[in-house]
Amino acid sequence: MLALNDHGMVDAGLSAPQALAGVFPGRVLVIACGALAREILALRKLNRWDHLELTCLPAKLHLHPELIPDAVARAIEDARPHYDRIFVAYADCGTGGLLAARCRELGVEMVAGPHCYSFFDGNAAFAARADAEMRAFFLTDFLVRQFDAFVWKPMGLDRHPELREMLFGHYERLIYLAQAQDARLDTEAARCARRLGLAYERRTTGYGDLATALATLSPEAVA
Amino acid sequence: MVEEDDDLILSELPDEELVPQMHDDLYDGLADEITEGVNILLERGWTPYDILTKALVEGMRIVGIDFRDGILFVPEVLLAANAMKAGMSILKPLLIETGAPRLGKMVIGTVKGDIHDIGKNLVSMMMEGAGFEIVDLGINNPVENYLEALERERADILGMSALLTTTMPYMKVVIDTMKEKGVRDDYIIMVGGAPLNEEFGRAIGADAYCRDAAVAVEMAKTLMARRHNLPA
Repeated sequence: MLALNDHGMVDAGLSAPQALAGVFPGRVLVIACGALAREILALRKLNRWDHLELTCLPAKLHLHPELIPDAVARAIEDARPHYDRIFVAYADCGTGGLLAARCRELGVEMVAGPHCYSFFDGNAAFAARADAEMRAFFLTDFLVRQFDAFVWKPMGLDRHPELREMLFGHYERLIYLAQAQDARLDTEAARCARRLGLAYERRTTGYGDLATALATLSPEAVA
Repeated sequence: MVEEDDDLILSELPDEELVPQMHDDLYDGLADEITEGVNILLERGWTPYDILTKALVEGMRIVGIDFRDGILFVPEVLLAANAMKAGMSILKPLLIETGAPRLGKMVIGTVKGDIHDIGKNLVSMMMEGAGFEIVDLGINNPVENYLEALERERADILGMSALLTTTMPYMKVVIDTMKEKGVRDDYIIMVGGAPLNEEFGRAIGADAYCRDAAVAVEMAKTLMARRHNLPA
């Protein structure tokens, strides 16, 4: 099993261990956002999806979504000679349809949906709740663990707490979409809500549509 | 920038040093210093319009360039915007009294289902600074809000903003409704927001996609000039 830590996923990503050293017939490479590494490895272990290899791009690309399509395209081109099939574990992720267009051009499938909040929650359910949850700020397991790196510091709240009202004034609650059952993350997510001055709510989602999407890559599904 | 100027007394600076200093203060998000600088220039007989354009708008233009180039980030831009807002609050009533060129009127708002307004507010402020009259509808606007405001205000420009991939398609709903009602060509339509791009702007039938506030101002000026040149 691959070793990983969230800090590495923020800045450096993860290389598939055997990638680029040979050709792997029958194997599927998942090119994922670093924010999904832990969840994809958990699904792989749980379902014994040994045919899956994982490579991750740095999660911090989300701070500049315009860079995501080129970064994913480069990873696809690099890996293409070595794998029969490649799957992109990103949703639209703020690229305004450009990532989907690039994946179509390259003939590679990706996860459906606007972002990970949506596919963890289930795209249909998330869309159905869109109006009711318009004023909700969402966190996933990864974002709870990396709250400072992805929210607090990039938004400048560590240096300028007075910006909180400008940044979060229209939000009313923080909804923690929990992939795993982890009381420590629940406590931490509640603390994040307090720091942002928002009401707190926890919703267990599990892996949602991510699991469904990865299941389509199994040899049984392909057959 | 700020460290070396700790002991600076703004009132002792001649105009040609005070204005660049105000650009620096705006860049550093120093609202109190901007307020002081604006008051000094007013006391020295500057017109409100000159203070607005030469000290504030020019300063924000520099901020905008550095934001676009990845030198400044959202928090710094927000602080600069707060500083400019402080200056504008002094100048706005004076501009109404003294008169200033009016380039056109814009109705602007974030689309239905979207509560994000940082980009919209920056565009509003820069457009106002450039001489456009702004009617800000705020966040979460259904198509009716836009249509009512455009007609009521006899506006020239409609500006729509969205931060979410899920809400940006609503811009097309607004434009399509305007087409159905036969009023689409009565207005210049500009759109913006983080997930948008040129292609999306074209696809939904907007006149312009504006990637930032500075581009929005230039685009609005160009499109207004083009509009005035059209035969009646």
